[in-house]
Amino acid sequence: MLLKTFKHAAIGVGLAVALGGTAQAEKVLRVGNDGVVQSMDPHYISTVQTSRLTDDMFLGLLTYGQDGQPIAGAAESWDISEDGKTYTFKLRDHVWSDGTPVTAGDFVYAWRRLLAPETGAEYASLLYIIKGAEDVNTGKVGPEGLAAEAIDDKTLKVELNAPAPYFLAQLTHQTAFPVPQHVVEKLDRDWTKPENIVVNGAYKLQSWTPNVEATLVKNDKFYDADNVAIDKVIYYPIEDRTVIQTRFRAGEIDVGRDIASEQIDWLRQNMADSLRIVPYAGIYYYVFRTDKEPFGDERVRRALSMAVNREVITDKVLRTGELPAYSFVPPGTGNYGEPQYADFKGVPYEEAVKQAKALLAEAGYGPDKPLNFTLRYNTSENHKRIAVAVQAMWKQLGVNVELFNTDGKIHYADLKEGNFQVARAGWIADYNDAQNYLFLLETKTGPLNYSQFNNEKFDGLMAEAEAVSDLGQRAKILQQAERVAMDGQPIIPIYYYVSKQLISPDVVGWVDNAPDRHPTRFLDLKQ
Amino acid sequence: MLSYALRRLVTVVPTLLVIITVAFFMMRLAPGGPFDSDRALPPEIEKNIQAAYDLDKPLVEQYLIYLGRILILDFGPSLKIRDFSVGELIAAGAPASMELGLSAILLALIVGVSFGTLAALRQNSGTDFSVMSVSMIGIAVPNFVMAPLLSLVLGVYLDWLPTSGWGGGAFRYKIMPVIALALPQIAYVARLTRGSMVEVLHSNFVRTARAKGLRERLVVIRHALKGAMMPVVSYLGPATAAVMTGSVVIETIFGVPGIGTYFVNAALNRDYPLVMGVIIVYAVLIMLLNLVVDLLYAVLDPKVRYS
Repeated sequence: MLLKTFKHAAIGVGLAVALGGTAQAEKVLRVGNDGVVQSMDPHYISTVQTSRLTDDMFLGLLTYGQDGQPIAGAAESWDISEDGKTYTFKLRDHVWSDGTPVTAGDFVYAWRRLLAPETGAEYASLLYIIKGAEDVNTGKVGPEGLAAEAIDDKTLKVELNAPAPYFLAQLTHQTAFPVPQHVVEKLDRDWTKPENIVVNGAYKLQSWTPNVEATLVKNDKFYDADNVAIDKVIYYPIEDRTVIQTRFRAGEIDVGRDIASEQIDWLRQNMADSLRIVPYAGIYYYVFRTDKEPFGDERVRRALSMAVNREVITDKVLRTGELPAYSFVPPGTGNYGEPQYADFKGVPYEEAVKQAKALLAEAGYGPDKPLNFTLRYNTSENHKRIAVAVQAMWKQLGVNVELFNTDGKIHYADLKEGNFQVARAGWIADYNDAQNYLFLLETKTGPLNYSQFNNEKFDGLMAEAEAVSDLGQRAKILQQAERVAMDGQPIIPIYYYVSKQLISPDVVGWVDNAPDRHPTRFLDLKQ
Repeated sequence: MLSYALRRLVTVVPTLLVIITVAFFMMRLAPGGPFDSDRALPPEIEKNIQAAYDLDKPLVEQYLIYLGRILILDFGPSLKIRDFSVGELIAAGAPASMELGLSAILLALIVGVSFGTLAALRQNSGTDFSVMSVSMIGIAVPNFVMAPLLSLVLGVYLDWLPTSGWGGGAFRYKIMPVIALALPQIAYVARLTRGSMVEVLHSNFVRTARAKGLRERLVVIRHALKGAMMPVVSYLGPATAAVMTGSVVIETIFGVPGIGTYFVNAALNRDYPLVMGVIIVYAVLIMLLNLVVDLLYAVLDPKVRYS
């Protein structure tokens, strides 16, 4: 039965692609998506590649604008209480794709479903800022314990644990999407099948063949459908970056969502008008396990961090436009201001190496007592190249580093368990706020705090910042926290990420932005 | 012969059971689980997810649950592509892999046997030497070099064929993947055919046929070929199973919606049910094809008799 549906869908797609080529009216955007699609159900998604499809299909209370910044979505306005803990949203009049009105109840139902332990949603913790959310997710209370209430069909009241200026930005994330209660209650997991799915966003799922394509068509019932130019968007899951490039060259796709970094020179020469390299909200770093000797000694950590020549890594090793990182929070992060840079930022490299040697000697390491340890990274060409470079940089200090690489799953499993001395890690922000980086160094974060940085002053400042509703004041406190972290160097910041894409010159309306969000509803195709 | 075939089919079940058991437990030896990633999960969420997929139960209990489901042909959900069950993924992908695989093997059979026979008939001549050299290249050049080359030359530079994709199953999307799949097989088959053909052409029954005054073409095609095919058939049994279950390289590069990628990606993702599913498919296929090969021996060689 399902096979037949796939066959019909495949024939339909084939016909549609064939017809789409001849009929000038229909605009079809073809996207080379750099990852497998996990699910069309917002609660079962954890990869950014999958979220691109759900971002096109669903409208959260807030949603991504053309420049990736949050704009009003399903909510047309909202009130925030004086203490910053109570939000009241007024929903705009709009309907699901089957004509049923979208109500506040759909949001409450969705969030309860997300937080229900049986759902096993990976991203449930994103809503922990809502009062009662964590208790619901850990099974301590039932779903009614969530402080989100539908006052009436168009009004949603939410209470938070603490004033959180990033809460509105979080609502653009798929974790906070509504789901059509009337459909999900009837069909359970089958509700996302193309013949059943109901959406409130600009596009609706038409067909999905895993490993081949997922096709979304324009949702005529979308409240802003008149301003949506692209009629159909086809997402091809292509994990191999060179295949994305080949298909882009052959004109088979209009957007390629990543490039083969080792081909950057060729791309810069031959596809300069399509290549986009844009700073991305994320950081690449090495982490020390600070509860293992000698990495409990701040001098050793600072010395090793100072001896890393970040400019060489970004300019000579990577060469794809990444920026050297001396802070944990990337510049340009929301509600923050200037990041706190490590105090050795301006120091010329030779001088930095000298100071590092002195620090190591002070800590008791030298030619008669050399420092030896293992640097771990997960298997990837770039991780290897950087690790080899850093190994050589540390050799100057008389430090002997053994390199050890494992596949991704093993690497991250071991990071969580603490089976490492120094390891490579990366972090992409879920929402545009400094807290989303700094929390990784908080004691209460638990296993995600790979370094096990256990600094009372830092924890105290983070807790203080959480209770403050004035944005300016909060930013200052967070900066003080980052200052503590950068002095202690539990991690070695290496570079800030960039996003790399290939965009056909025929695509109109693509705005480069740090969150790297480009909803199809704002795009158009020249014909 | 029928009773022989039936007896062989009966042994499929216990063999499969052993394979499933070994695979199930071996799979868990690799550290890391399906939900480990750079976004490490808070412990309570990890607990919830493990519970939702029965991964928190003792391993033996998970094994028994899995066996019970297999009996009703429920292969479980995919842990990675969560909207689909393993059965749905395999049912959707197997036809493409098998179609391409069978086409490649057929192509390999026809082209390989022809070239191999030609080389054997002109043993130690220029033809023989060039056929064998070209086939050595076909064996030596890995498919991850050949496939992108084909895609680049035929798809980008010459623009004769689409570089990749499935196009709903249109014929021109299948040409390059089939060729890429077939090339190494053609090479192997040609070498095997040439080797055994040379031997058969010197055997007694061929000499008898020639002595009887038969035309050379009849000697080769009707008499020698049958005898020479034994090693080729032995090779093609497992080779067909391997090719029909898809090649991860070919399917990745040409965007073929088959099950080949699952073998590698499911393992890397620790998608346990999917790994088990494809292992079972491969195992059943190999066992069936080995049976076919053994039965073909009886057809090809009159001295072979099964009781």
